[in-house]
Amino acid sequence: MTSQVSSPAEHADEADDAGSNVRAAGDRHASLSGEKSGEKEVRRLDRVIIRFAGDSGDGMQLTGDRFTSETASFGNDLSTLPNFPAEIRAPAGTLPGVSSFQLHFADHDILTPGDAPNVLVAMNPAALKANIGDVPRGAEIIVNTDEFTKRPMAKVGYLTSPLEDGSLDGYQVHPVPLTTLTIEALKEFGLSRKEAERSKNMFALGLLSWMYHRPTEGTEKFLRAKFAKKPQIAEANVAAFRAGWNFGETTEDFAVSYEVAPAGTAFPTGTYRNISGNLALAYGLITASHQAELPLYLGSYPITPASDILHELSRHKNFGVRTFQAEDEIAAIGAALGASFGGSLAVTTTSGPGVALKSETIGLAVTLELPLLVVAIQRGGPSTGLPTKTEQADLLQAMYGRNGEAPVPVIAPQTPADCFDSALEAARIALTYRTPVFLLSDGYLANGSEPWRIPETAELPDLRVRFATGPNHQLADGTEVFWPYKRDPQTLARPWAVPGTPGLEHRIGGIEKQDGTGNISYDPANHDFMVRTRQAKIDGIQVPDLTVDDPDGARTLVLGWGSTYGPITAAVRRLRRGGTPVAQVHLRHINPFPRNLGEILARYDKVVVPEMNLGQLASLLRAKYLVDAHSYNQVNGMPFKAEQLATALKEAIDV
Amino acid sequence: MSDANELLTLVPKAAAKQTMKDFKSDQEVRWCPGCGDYAVLAAVQGFMPELGLAKENIVFVSGIGCSSRFPYYMNTYGMHSIHGRAPAIATGLATSRRDLSVWVVTGDGDALSIGGNHLIHALRRNVNLKILLFNNRIYGLTKGQYSPTSELGKITKSTPMGSLDAPFNPVSLAIGAEASFVARTVDSDRKHLTEVLRQAADHPGTALVEIYQNCNIFNDGAFEVLKDKQRAEEAVIRLEHGQPIRFGADGSKGVVRDPATGDLQVVAVTPENESRILVHDAHAASPTTAFALSRLADPDTLHHTPIGVLRSVERPVYDTLMSDQLDQAVEQNGKGDLATMLAGGDTWTVVG
Repeated sequence: MTSQVSSPAEHADEADDAGSNVRAAGDRHASLSGEKSGEKEVRRLDRVIIRFAGDSGDGMQLTGDRFTSETASFGNDLSTLPNFPAEIRAPAGTLPGVSSFQLHFADHDILTPGDAPNVLVAMNPAALKANIGDVPRGAEIIVNTDEFTKRPMAKVGYLTSPLEDGSLDGYQVHPVPLTTLTIEALKEFGLSRKEAERSKNMFALGLLSWMYHRPTEGTEKFLRAKFAKKPQIAEANVAAFRAGWNFGETTEDFAVSYEVAPAGTAFPTGTYRNISGNLALAYGLITASHQAELPLYLGSYPITPASDILHELSRHKNFGVRTFQAEDEIAAIGAALGASFGGSLAVTTTSGPGVALKSETIGLAVTLELPLLVVAIQRGGPSTGLPTKTEQADLLQAMYGRNGEAPVPVIAPQTPADCFDSALEAARIALTYRTPVFLLSDGYLANGSEPWRIPETAELPDLRVRFATGPNHQLADGTEVFWPYKRDPQTLARPWAVPGTPGLEHRIGGIEKQDGTGNISYDPANHDFMVRTRQAKIDGIQVPDLTVDDPDGARTLVLGWGSTYGPITAAVRRLRRGGTPVAQVHLRHINPFPRNLGEILARYDKVVVPEMNLGQLASLLRAKYLVDAHSYNQVNGMPFKAEQLATALKEAIDV
Repeated sequence: MSDANELLTLVPKAAAKQTMKDFKSDQEVRWCPGCGDYAVLAAVQGFMPELGLAKENIVFVSGIGCSSRFPYYMNTYGMHSIHGRAPAIATGLATSRRDLSVWVVTGDGDALSIGGNHLIHALRRNVNLKILLFNNRIYGLTKGQYSPTSELGKITKSTPMGSLDAPFNPVSLAIGAEASFVARTVDSDRKHLTEVLRQAADHPGTALVEIYQNCNIFNDGAFEVLKDKQRAEEAVIRLEHGQPIRFGADGSKGVVRDPATGDLQVVAVTPENESRILVHDAHAASPTTAFALSRLADPDTLHHTPIGVLRSVERPVYDTLMSDQLDQAVEQNGKGDLATMLAGGDTWTVVG
């Protein structure tokens, strides 16, 4: 899933998820050709979906990350979906404690982490039980048989062993005693059984790396760096990893390995890396600060799934980045606003519950007209909700969750890599228009990853701003004065006069201000004017026009925002492949909407809006454009699956 | 060079000599006639020229409440923010701009009720802020409800049968919150107020100055016992660093440590106990005695209220530490290079 999406027509064979789920095991990966290599058969595939699942303590996220890195460095396109419980260590072996990592990789441009895994790695009975429903018949399942003993099975309600009772007959099951093999492989290391057992995830990684011809140097290097202070543990993990690889190569049970060629032609030329949404966002913020030539100041309070941005930014102090972990969400944004007053590029990062606490300060920033980035990584709500799951239900909170008329621009990134560009765009708007800006990402983008073409520094936008340096107004008597609320006629932005500038001493505050002077004013007409002016400033923000993707002259338009970009685009490709014309457009700017949105909506007989909420964007569209937008909603904490979305869109089109 | 001197040199000096007038803004002061805030404003405006700092490098940040209108009347940079949040906002400003002298003006409701969390955390971090806490023991701006410093049983609009809340002692609270500088003064005593401000301004780190301030509309005479010359003699304990803690007519009373409990007590000074009278040490490393002093005051009668600097100790200043880490990061890793950071470790190249 790259930011540059090639035309769907070029990928007529795009099967972004397993449309071929029910095929026999042999060709389930839409095998292109097969060949024999030595003893073992090597088949070429165009794409694969793997899911690693285990207990929260089994290291599945790390395993997934490593496989992803190997895959990225090999040059496949890829998309990932980490999925884990909110508890750090839920009770071992239970269904709520299952943590999984799904990775979709291909030799061509893909858009989602995939609907259904071709391969499930289940480290214990709970992982099997929690995930088997998503696995299509015919898929491969690698199970750690050591864990399929009476108690762990009983814990999740398996009365008989699913490995023996025929319930997995439709699948291609590889029973592997992962724990035993790992302990055996590490017996030279003099580790306790418990210590040795911990490396079983690396054994599994080694096995999968063999199955899919992944490069291994990166993982070995990674392990040695990670355990640099414990060389014995590092070597044990490397040994387990290699043992897993060798096991694949030598065991007859694994008769076939697979090649997925690099996705060279799907990518524009350039240098690439794999990047998660939160990392891209953090880089975007540092880059914005660099391009604006302003120091970056982050005020933040730890909250899932936003904390990684705080962690990342705090590692880059050599860029002059100040990170302040505040006592609460309110102080976090307060400190950011204070830093903005002082001339920093100020940011606060949070999630829905934190946004609720910050609302009053966002309102203050609206009326102070100071630049401020409010980065909200949405998660399931309301209240604490589902901290580690994704949702898009904070759109209306971002739009309207303040007292008074307090308009705030809203920008939503559409892929993990796009979080980088969106951060730059949010900074542009905040700095140009002197306003708080909402950057609405979500858990799916935050933790998911994809290849990213690293931009050349010359391609980056110029975000430099001018601070006020002298008087900007002449009184009737000819006196030159500084008016903090005298606006730029084009942007309606007020001057940014930072403390330390002689002669521009001024006071700003939350009380309504007189136009121009900024002095306290309770005048009714002035308040009316100021409310309308603040609104007009936001309404007048220049945002790029939308381009509709409609190769077939469709009658139905599907319109989404934010992280649904991948699944919607995959669903649209699927429909077109099946001969159903459908037009697609995706919103990145939600406040203000792009100028041509109304005209686009009017062009189509039907508008369908898929959202991971109960229809929040649809409400905005209906209110503003009087369009009969149809909602298609899912709020189960997971991203849309392409197949399901395609079916829903088809139904909407056919009605 | 001590941290104190170093921090002060970061703020540019005024080019020319300043007067009180330089610090008066053109805004009409809108407090009730007779409000104690006028006296504090005059004292601050009168004291500022003494600091000799460039006034464009001085910022007053306030929350909400009567006292929080203060920044509008100072001809410096200022922000009248939202209820309780001034310490947080000022923290962002002070930690990002060490060339500024940042002052927070707050009240008992603003600082101790809605903003209690920010106050204690600013104090424990020791951010370079000077916090002026105007304590009138009442909510003025909302017209007369009890505040977190109001005495138990206080009859107000919201407590017609008397308040059920035990009050905070702001000085005790600040000392408990690891404050490095805690003082108390009274609005009507300009000389004392100015002297306390002077010491607060000199202090590196967070300085909390509680100013007893009369609200002549909703809580008139709340501190009369400390102001009436005759009664004040018995009620007020004036603390001076290095001096025996004595008060009352001709210093007839003093504070001694009870050897049995370690607590402090007020005694009539006699030739026998005179040598046991406690000598005030504002710089004591341990906050124990300062805390004990803060507990001498009776919350209802205000008898034995210590005023002056209770505690003034040097400890690392948050802004300095934050800034040092930035320098250290550059020393260790070199100045950040954008292209290198973006490229990270594992990359691959696609050629056309």
